[in-house]
Amino acid sequence: MTVWQLILLASIVVLALKVSGYLVPEALLEKPTPSRVANLLTVALLAALVVTQTLASGSSIVLDARVPALIVAAGLLVVRAPFIVVVAAAALTAALIRAFT
Amino acid sequence: MRALLVREEGDSVAVREGVAVAAAVSAYGVSFGALSVAAGLDIWQTCVLSLLMFSGGSQFAFIGVLAAGGIAAGPAAVASAALLGARNGIYAMRLSPVVDGPWWRKILAAHVTIDESMAVSTAQDAPRAQRVGFWVTGILIFLGWNLTTLIGALIGDAVGDVSRFGLDAAAAAAFLGLLWPRLTTAQPVVVAIAAAVVCAVLTPALPTGVPVLAAAVVAVVVGVTNWWGRKSE
Repeated sequence: MTVWQLILLASIVVLALKVSGYLVPEALLEKPTPSRVANLLTVALLAALVVTQTLASGSSIVLDARVPALIVAAGLLVVRAPFIVVVAAAALTAALIRAFT
Repeated sequence: MRALLVREEGDSVAVREGVAVAAAVSAYGVSFGALSVAAGLDIWQTCVLSLLMFSGGSQFAFIGVLAAGGIAAGPAAVASAALLGARNGIYAMRLSPVVDGPWWRKILAAHVTIDESMAVSTAQDAPRAQRVGFWVTGILIFLGWNLTTLIGALIGDAVGDVSRFGLDAAAAAAFLGLLWPRLTTAQPVVVAIAAAVVCAVLTPALPTGVPVLAAAVVAVVVGVTNWWGRKSE
């Protein structure tokens, strides 16, 4: 598949998920399990993506400038810094470490 | 007359909240645009993602998996985007009574059914304000997100090789920033830690992108059994 086909396929799937919610009878909404699973899916996937993006290099685990950058980001999130500041500070941290090592 | 005034007050609160949320969220379209170009997509592909997929978490996941695994990780990239988009379907169920009208309006509503439009809508008391909050937030973020995606993609494209600017670390921070507000009770914290461990352990053993999907199993198991959950739920 080309990147364009992947983009279209993924976009259609994401839109279909949104539309399907409007087609579901309201009775299902009364049940807490589907909504709990959906919320936890988001949490699990984001946590896994943090790990992949911080530690993975292809199929191996490496510790490099991304680790201190993520620690800086976590520290800023603790003090409730805005999202854009957190992202920029992480990039700056990794860039500075790479520039001087 | 008084009921009418109160209703309008509720509407203007919904509009104010929608505008504030849209301004904040649109700002990080810049980081999506830049990261997407860094992941190897071109400016057009980046902009089409924001126009058609229009769901921040899914978009970041899609480009994140492609950046790590290349075109071979395509199926995992699509699956990651879909799994992160699953919660939009739940939002849609909640918003279904709020958004009424012909089928084409439901399709439009579905496209702008995201974290923020759901949040602003459900924060309002009056049904009319819920509707106003949903549409104002959804449409403004759609406009803002696509504009700032383009700006970010142009910046990323102009800069060229972006890894020395730490954009890989920026992507990690972006995922952490999206995750952070959800860690409010014990259950999501436990799921996040377990998913992170599962993903790290499986990374050397499985093809790129698959460990992320394996981590989703943690959510399903904990969610169905309501392990670590509150009794009242």
